[in-house]
Amino acid sequence: MTAGNSEISTAFAGTLGSFSLDVAFKMPMRGITALFGPSGCGKTTMLRCMAGLQHLPGHFIVGDEVWQDSAKGLFVRTHQRPLGYVFQEASLFQHLSVRQNLLYGARRAGDAPASGPIDFDGIVELLGIGYLLERSPVALSGGERQRVAVGRALLARPRILLMDEPLAALDRMTKDEILPYFERLHENLAVPIVYVSHDIGEVARLADTMVLLDKGRVIASGPLMTLQTDPSLPLVAAPDAAVMLEGRVTHVDEDFALTHFSVSGGTLIVPGRQGAPGTERRLRIAASDVSFTLTAATDTTILNCLPARIVSLDGASSEAQINIIAALGADGSGARIAARITRKSQTALALAPGTPVFAQVKSVALMR
Amino acid sequence: MGELDLAQLWSPIRLTIELALITTVLLLLVGTPVAWWLARSKACWKEAVATVVAMPLVLPPTVLGFYLLLLLGPYGPGGWIAGLYGARTLAFTFTGLVIGSVLYSMPFVVQPIRNAFEAFGDRPLEVAATLRASPWDAFWSVAVPLARPGFLTGAILGFAHTIGEFGVILMIGGNIPGQTKVLSVAIYDFVETQHWTEAHILAGGMVIFSFGVILATMMLGRRYGQQGR
Repeated sequence: MTAGNSEISTAFAGTLGSFSLDVAFKMPMRGITALFGPSGCGKTTMLRCMAGLQHLPGHFIVGDEVWQDSAKGLFVRTHQRPLGYVFQEASLFQHLSVRQNLLYGARRAGDAPASGPIDFDGIVELLGIGYLLERSPVALSGGERQRVAVGRALLARPRILLMDEPLAALDRMTKDEILPYFERLHENLAVPIVYVSHDIGEVARLADTMVLLDKGRVIASGPLMTLQTDPSLPLVAAPDAAVMLEGRVTHVDEDFALTHFSVSGGTLIVPGRQGAPGTERRLRIAASDVSFTLTAATDTTILNCLPARIVSLDGASSEAQINIIAALGADGSGARIAARITRKSQTALALAPGTPVFAQVKSVALMR
Repeated sequence: MGELDLAQLWSPIRLTIELALITTVLLLLVGTPVAWWLARSKACWKEAVATVVAMPLVLPPTVLGFYLLLLLGPYGPGGWIAGLYGARTLAFTFTGLVIGSVLYSMPFVVQPIRNAFEAFGDRPLEVAATLRASPWDAFWSVAVPLARPGFLTGAILGFAHTIGEFGVILMIGGNIPGQTKVLSVAIYDFVETQHWTEAHILAGGMVIFSFGVILATMMLGRRYGQQGR
C-alpha cells in the first residue's frame, strides 16, 4: 500500500429533516478514531453514511476503495462494502445461536482478505465469548451481547470497523468489564476503527485520533494528544478536563512499590508495580490535579514534580479559575499538560506564557 | 331421515380441506409480498392498499360474492379466462371458489405477517446488510425466520377462515356436490332437508375444530411472546 491511499477520506453534506450535516475530514487507516461530540451533533448520522445505511451527498474513500463518490454518481450499497458495524444495542439475531450469529457475516464474506489474523477461534478467544457459543442471544447480558456483536462484525473480515456508541446502553460496571476487550482489539488487530462516543472517558482511553463535532460540523480533527491541550477547543475548558500521555515503564522501585514512567519531557511516578520495564501504558492527568510552583518544592508529599514551561493561559473557565497549558521539560519541549488554577494564584506567581515552573501532579491514572 | 351416508359426509369435508389448503398456500405466496410491501414501503398511499386488503373484514360476504360473481361470470374477466381453456365461466367452479377464498381470507393472512415484519423494524435488516447479506438474502435469512410467528398465525387463520366461509361460497359456488359443496354449505343443506344427524356431526366437528385452532393460535402467541423479550 502506498502512502497516498493509507487514509480514510470522508465528506458528507446534506440535510435530514431540520438537521444539516456538513463535514469533511481524513482519518488514518490504523488505530481508533473517535467521533466525539454532544448528543445530536451528527455522529451517528455520519457513521450511517459511512456504512451506506443512509445516503447524503459526498464521498467516502477507504484506502484505495471508493465506496461513495457523489460527483461521479458512485454509491456502493451497504452489503457490498466490506465493513463491520456495531450498533448501540447489540442487535444480535434472536433466531440464531451465538455461534450462528458469529458465522453469519463470516460465511458471506467468503475468502475476502482479512486485515490481520481474523479467524473464528482467535476472535472468540480475544473477546472471551467461548462459553457463550451455543446459547441464544436472549439469555446474554448486555456486555456479553456487545462482545458477540463486535466478534460478529470482525469475522466478516472488514476493511474498517464502525462502532456506534457501543457502550452507551451499558451500565458503568459493564463498561469497565468490556473496555479491556476493546483495548485488546486495538493491540491485536490491524483493522482501523471509527468509534462514535459522547463519553470523553471512553475516548481518552481508546482513541488515537479524534474528530470533534458540534451541530453537524467538524470543529477539529487530529491526534488526541494534540487536540486535548489545544486552548481554542472546548476540551480544555470541560469540567473534567484531563490529558493523556503515552508512558513507558523505565524502572520499578521495589522498596516503595512505585513504577517510574518515562513520558515526553519528564518522568512520572505511579503507585504499584505497573509492568516490566519497556511496557507501554496510557496515563491520564486531570487538570484539577495539577498545580505549579516557581521553585522545586522538596518539602511536599507530592511525588511528581516536573520542570515545565507555561504555554498559554485562558481566562474563560470561570471568574475564579483559569486553564493553563504547560509543556513538560525545562525547555518546554515535552508533552503538554492542562492545569486548572485560581486566578489569584496566577496573579501571585505572575504566571505568563514562557514562565519556567514546576508542575506538581497529585495523581496519575493508568488508562490502558 | 335415512341411513347415514358416509360418502355424503366425507365429500364436503374433503373438498373443504382441499379448498382451504390450496387457498392457504396461495395466500402465503401472494400475501407475503403484499405484507412486506405494506410493512416496509414509505409510499403515502399504502394505507389505501391496506384498506382494500382489509375490506372483506367488514363487507357482508354477499356483497363480495355479488361482485365476484360478476367478475368470474361469463361476461366478466373470469369468463374470458375460462374461455381460454374452453369453459364458459369461473363461477360455480372449484377454481372460482379458490379465487373467492383467496380474496376473502386475504386480510387474515396479510395482517399478522405485516405486523410481524413491522415488529422487528429496520435494525435486523441493516445489521444483515453490514454483514454482506443482499436484500434478498436478508429477507430469507433474517426477515422470514423472525416473522415466523406471524406466518404461523396467518396460515392458521387463513386456513380456518376459509373452512368457515359460507356467504361468498353460496354466491359464487352454489351447491354442486363434489365440486363446490363445501362443509358450511353442506350443513346448511342438511338442516334445510332435516338431516339432523349429519348436521350434528359436521357442526359438532366444526366446533371442536374451531376450538383447537384458536387454542393453538393463542398458545403459539404465548410461546413466542415469552421467547422474544
